Amino acid sequence: MSDIKDINFNDITGEMLKVISDYDPVTGFKGAYNIREDSMCAGRKSSENITIESKTDKPGINITVKPHTVGETVFIPACVTHSDVDDLVYNDFYIGEGADVIVVAGCGVHSDGEDTARHNGIHRFFLEKGAHVVYKEKHIGTGTGKGLKKIDPVTDCYLKEDSCLEMDTIQLGGVDRSTRSTSAVLDKGAKIIVRERIMTDHEEEAITKFDVKLNGEDSGADLVSRSVARGNSHQAFYSVVEGNNRCTGHSACDAILADNGRVDAQPALNAANVDAALIHEAAIGKIAGEQLLKLCSLGLTREQAEEKIIEGFLK
Amino acid sequence: MLELQDLVWKLPDGEPIINGISCKMDSRLVVITGPNGGGKTSLAKLIAGVEIPTGGKILLDGEDITGMDITGRAKLGIAYAFQQPVRFKGLTVRDLLELAAGEKLQHDRLCELLGKVGLCAEEYIDREMSAALSGGEAKRIEIATVLARNAKLMVFDEPEAGIDLWSFARLVETFEEIRSHTSGSLVIISHQERILSIADEIIVVADGRVRTSGSREEILPALLKGEFSCRCPQRNGGGCQ
Repeated sequence: MSDIKDINFNDITGEMLKVISDYDPVTGFKGAYNIREDSMCAGRKSSENITIESKTDKPGINITVKPHTVGETVFIPACVTHSDVDDLVYNDFYIGEGADVIVVAGCGVHSDGEDTARHNGIHRFFLEKGAHVVYKEKHIGTGTGKGLKKIDPVTDCYLKEDSCLEMDTIQLGGVDRSTRSTSAVLDKGAKIIVRERIMTDHEEEAITKFDVKLNGEDSGADLVSRSVARGNSHQAFYSVVEGNNRCTGHSACDAILADNGRVDAQPALNAANVDAALIHEAAIGKIAGEQLLKLCSLGLTREQAEEKIIEGFLK
Repeated sequence: MLELQDLVWKLPDGEPIINGISCKMDSRLVVITGPNGGGKTSLAKLIAGVEIPTGGKILLDGEDITGMDITGRAKLGIAYAFQQPVRFKGLTVRDLLELAAGEKLQHDRLCELLGKVGLCAEEYIDREMSAALSGGEAKRIEIATVLARNAKLMVFDEPEAGIDLWSFARLVETFEEIRSHTSGSLVIISHQERILSIADEIIVVADGRVRTSGSREEILPALLKGEFSCRCPQRNGGGCQ
């Protein structure tokens, strides 16, 4: 078990940690953590109830949460701080029966060089019966280099009876390319709730893919993606919700377009049971004129109004 | 004081909506009334700067604001409650009230503002101003955003629309409080007798013109007798002439 003094990372990571995982340089992380910097471990600490261990067969860690652990948080931020890094990591989360924890898994990619900097985190969640996880994931790209900043997270979730996973993901900007793939298989009474917010600008591209299988009776999924595409950026949203039992599924893609931004949305529903209640919605458009007028009537300029509307939309 | 001088507004295709309205509004509480489609909402939008007139002038305390945009007029002290409340995904009631006030608001102030429109702050401040709110709830929050501005001139477009009787009674009290306890003036577009009955001045607008105007005592009795209803015989059961 490492101590907090073992933390050793560079200034770029330090700055990104503040944004992606609310890191406080004075108090550090309150809970178990593993900090990854440029494919290396830059600090690790387990707690009494949450154990973090390196994998032996490939890069990555196993995070094991004891059954009935309640109210603890584990931080597993990953940072790439220069170009010509292609970081691939496999992190597996084993959440014990009845546990109720928060996982903070931010990712920052910084490049001042010409070559691509990439982080590809492949996460698997195994939630035992009645477990509840809030999974927070913030992504950001920084730096002035011409090299692409890429983040390609994969999240595969296996939810046993009456477990619940709440995913809260945000791409804050500066990421040139991202492909975000999330899959989930749900047993009886299990729930997955996803809130995704993505901002792209300039020439950035972001692709989101959801594939949810509602196999258990009374399982449920609620996927909501809100995105803003500015500049010449492009986003694509693909979701497939499969209802194989009595279940409820909802997916929604709301997007605001500005400048020459483009958004594709293809929500798909596959119902294989007469009691599967599945809904999808997609709404794409520019900021409504009356919204701008309302905020301007409160004294904001048009530019301030646009910023406020987008800030609220992505909040 | 708000003064309109020969105000004209036409749609882009040339259809006239406001046909040369001239009037001075120097009372604390002016109610503009008249038949549907007569130009009342258009007039309110011209005053607020939502639309810019195609002719004539608008003066506020002697300053020509005709060409000023909606932001400029807001900064000058004109507040406008839209007839149809605007919805925002992601912005909460608190966000909107704080934007309107131009500052962070303490809980007591939020309670006060929402209480004036018959809403409980505890229930509403953290709710999104989205389609999840009913029409009446959204309307009352829209009105509260105007109250939060402490404006020199507050323009309300049919504030009664969609509001239940109890909240409406509270709203009328609020309008009377504003008149009694603040320096702001109110211009209210309304058909409601209860609102007409608290007016200092009533302006009847029809066909894009001022049909008549005067004190409540002068205008209200005639209004209640139907003297300023539409003069088109077809609308009144006869044939068009």
